[in-house]
Amino acid sequence: MVVSAGVDMGTQRVKVVIIKDGKIVTQKQNYSGFEPSKVAEQTFNDALKTANISSEEVQHITATGAGVGMVLFANSTISMMGADAKAGTYFFPTAKTVIDIGAEDARAVKCDENGVMIDFVVNARCAAGAGTFIEAMGRALEVELEDIGPLSLKAERASPINASCVIFAESDVVSLIHKEEPKSEIARAIFDAMAERVSSMVHRLGISPDVVLVGGVAKDVGFVDSLKRRLGMEILIPEEPLFAGAVGAALIAARRAQRRQ
Amino acid sequence: MKLENNNGKQEYWRWLEYRKQMPNMTWKDAKIITAGVDVGSVGSKAVIMLDGEIYAWSVMRTGSNSSDSANKALGWAIEDTGISLKDIHYIVGTGYGRVNVPMANRAITEIACHAKGANYIWGPSVRTVLDVGGQDVKAIRCDDTGKVVSFLMNDKCAAGTGRGMEVIADLLKIPIEEVGKVSLSVAEEPEPVSSTCVVFAKTEAVGLLRKGWTKEKVLAAYIRAMAIRMTELIEKVGCEKDFVITGGQSKNIGLVERVENILGLKRLPVPDLDKSGRDPASAGAIGAALFAKALFEKSQRS
Repeated sequence: MVVSAGVDMGTQRVKVVIIKDGKIVTQKQNYSGFEPSKVAEQTFNDALKTANISSEEVQHITATGAGVGMVLFANSTISMMGADAKAGTYFFPTAKTVIDIGAEDARAVKCDENGVMIDFVVNARCAAGAGTFIEAMGRALEVELEDIGPLSLKAERASPINASCVIFAESDVVSLIHKEEPKSEIARAIFDAMAERVSSMVHRLGISPDVVLVGGVAKDVGFVDSLKRRLGMEILIPEEPLFAGAVGAALIAARRAQRRQ
Repeated sequence: MKLENNNGKQEYWRWLEYRKQMPNMTWKDAKIITAGVDVGSVGSKAVIMLDGEIYAWSVMRTGSNSSDSANKALGWAIEDTGISLKDIHYIVGTGYGRVNVPMANRAITEIACHAKGANYIWGPSVRTVLDVGGQDVKAIRCDDTGKVVSFLMNDKCAAGTGRGMEVIADLLKIPIEEVGKVSLSVAEEPEPVSSTCVVFAKTEAVGLLRKGWTKEKVLAAYIRAMAIRMTELIEKVGCEKDFVITGGQSKNIGLVERVENILGLKRLPVPDLDKSGRDPASAGAIGAALFAKALFEKSQRS
């Protein structure tokens, strides 16, 4: 029996996944806040409790994510791209391209059938291609984060907007609201712009199906709709895309544990 | 200075609008009255010229509607002068909202207008113009007549623009007119903020404050990053003397000094506004009003 854990310390949340013999037994997440190391440990303990597993039973813990260094109790680390590739092929064995959109960064990973990364592209310099964009627009539109996606699906067209930059888009949204443009069309403009950026990033890598989308933003129906239209192909999304990085790390941890046995 | 919005919340980003008029000038003697209207993303500027000399001008915030902003800026510039719209022989519109300057006889790109305006403000020795506006940064090379030779522009990203500066001023609760001076009050120049994106820079700034950095130090780190970014743009287009800075951020002394230090080159000093009317913040509108004069003269000849 192999029990392993993956901890994904993102820019906004920490995600923990525990795997037993290749099956996910628990997944937990929390906002990392001001004391990410402490929150990571609490989330891990919480996951153990839910799974009814003692910490001694966990043979290997692998950490990943932008704040990987904050996970003090991990035995090893794996790059975010490596974790994405592993998780993408775990959920969908036919996956060749894994797109991961988090709060502050976006990346696309090309992988082989064993879930090994071949190549990748990353955008971590501009907020307009990441989840933060949707949050900022939610504030400007005065719409709850989870309602923006469904709202955008009601639009037939997208408002004209300078969506190359979050800061410019915020000013544009305020002007458009003054002009009484429908909020749904503004929302669609946001997602179309994000999808455009993500699509150009993926095309730099070269896109090969099947395409898997993971990361917190994959739960947003508005973004998914825009990305599908932009890429002109189907996109596979796991049930819990937020945990993909942690799942990938836990799978790597399991392999490392087996090697040591 | 304390500026408040309707909710009583202080708005640190909000800069003051102004209108100025040259004394000892009367428009009734003028042969040609022209106007230049520059509707920027953040500020709208209108300049009235009498026979190619600056007479009156206004600088105000751009509202949600470009054509309204153009009307308001021009209306304010001619207010109390007795000039009515029909007295103006030719109007040129420019800027981000140039297609929405309804009363303009023609629209001309802001790059051409800025170079022309800089040539008028500082004279024929100007070769490099850095224009830092609300939503874009332009580095322009021009010849001795103020004609554009080449240019580079960033209008995709708020990093280095006036709008980005407003966001940081608001975060640090320092009035926008004072950010330059405050940023220069640090004893030692800090490392620049590492994030390009203003959204991320804001997060980074919060982190630095939490680490115990003073507001002044955080501001200096942000403005330093801004200065580095725009000098890269200037160096890419090629910097040749004389060098000048136009646009709203030409008043940000913290930015100006840092750009000068990195380039190892001083900008030409800003002329006395009240004596000459040569306002670097309205260089685009000045250029537009000059083009208006040339276009009107051409129309009279043919």
